[in-house]
Amino acid sequence: MSSATLAVMIVTVIGIICAVMLSVASKVMAVKEDPLIPLVRECLPGANCGACGFAGCNGYAAALVEDPEMELTKCTPGGEDVAKSIGKVLGRKAGKMVLMTAVIGCRGDNSKTARKMEYKGIKSCSAAAMMFGGTGKCKYGCLGLGDCAAACPHGAIVIRDGLAHVIDEKCVACGLCTKTCPKGLIYIQPYYEAVRVLCSNHEKGALVRKECSIGCIACGLCVKNCPVDAIHIENNLAVIDHDECIGCGACRMVCPVKVIIGSGHGAS
Amino acid sequence: MITIKGLIAILLTATFINNYVLQQFLGICPFLGVSKKLDQATGMSIAVIFVMMIATLVTWPIQTFLLTPNGLGYMQTIVFILVIAALVQLVEMVLKRYIPALHASLGVYLPLITTNCAVLGVCINNIDSEFTFAQAMFNAFGSGLGFLIAMLMFAGIRQHIEDCDPPESFKGLPITLISAGIVSISFFGFAGIVDNLFG
Repeated sequence: MSSATLAVMIVTVIGIICAVMLSVASKVMAVKEDPLIPLVRECLPGANCGACGFAGCNGYAAALVEDPEMELTKCTPGGEDVAKSIGKVLGRKAGKMVLMTAVIGCRGDNSKTARKMEYKGIKSCSAAAMMFGGTGKCKYGCLGLGDCAAACPHGAIVIRDGLAHVIDEKCVACGLCTKTCPKGLIYIQPYYEAVRVLCSNHEKGALVRKECSIGCIACGLCVKNCPVDAIHIENNLAVIDHDECIGCGACRMVCPVKVIIGSGHGAS
Repeated sequence: MITIKGLIAILLTATFINNYVLQQFLGICPFLGVSKKLDQATGMSIAVIFVMMIATLVTWPIQTFLLTPNGLGYMQTIVFILVIAALVQLVEMVLKRYIPALHASLGVYLPLITTNCAVLGVCINNIDSEFTFAQAMFNAFGSGLGFLIAMLMFAGIRQHIEDCDPPESFKGLPITLISAGIVSISFFGFAGIVDNLFG
């Protein structure tokens, strides 16, 4: 037998052995995956953003199929449409979906609050925050270096005048920005909300005045004017109890520094 | 003669002096591709160690008992690729069935490295160096370990590069390649150490 024939034979035999082994293994070792999982997976956007609290869309799809108690509305980027289509696949009813959006809890752009230092370091909020709490006079406020904008996969955050702004139409409320902000300024809140307090400064009023012209001075006018007792001063900052709030807007009208804003105006 | 000392020398040589990534320039694609994040780099490297060992386990007997006696040493590359690819697929199925946790952590990396050049390189190197079976296994483990060290080091370096502000034209891949070169040069410092270690 010539060596060429031998070579061809040996490689063919090895190949056949491997093929048989693999095809047998694929039958024997087959993991029974619920056929619903790929169907549910199809409904999800596939961005793997993690807003649902699972590692990715696959994780959420598996959890949906395996756990009948799992809510269908955890995919905020997908919104109501996705919840409905999952409901159709699984034969379950999707709960009410509340449209959410990211909200920046600060309005102090360059014209409202001053810088206390000239910062020439790495252009990143988390780095700047390590230097004496950041560049701004207000140590609670937006640093404006754009960590949130960089983290946003949808380009829904822009930095203007040293302040982050959310573009409501682009925001899918995945919450990635909330995790990157070193000041913890960004919240995921219902899109339709009568009023929001857009300040995070916990200093006393007089000090806030010196730091920023648009910071909550904890004067308490909003508390006095609220007809349903839904707004309180907590730690020198007005906080709205959205379960109580009837959306009359009285607090917004009386706020002397205009940190209470109606929804839709957002931070932009 | 196989001694413990000899085996350890092979292990250390494979890990540091003949480091597959930094000295022999094999397995560069995962080295540059998956070294951005530390956890990914770790997952990938552990999968590489695993696959290198398994590949050696199978290819060494094939070469010694099947190819060499029949004078088919030149078929090495093709046969090895075939066997390694099939084997990794099989291992993946077995893991998925019996150890889903390990399968989930090795995840996408297992199929990614089925025919990685570093894996093939280890198998061929085992034959070329005329290692015995035990020596070959130690060499495979050492090579995998070297890959792990290179990946972890480089993942750390890349995370630091992210925080620096390199000139515009160096941003991204260029600065990564330059730092890879510097790390590689630093590994030349290991040359000759092991021989003297065991004098």
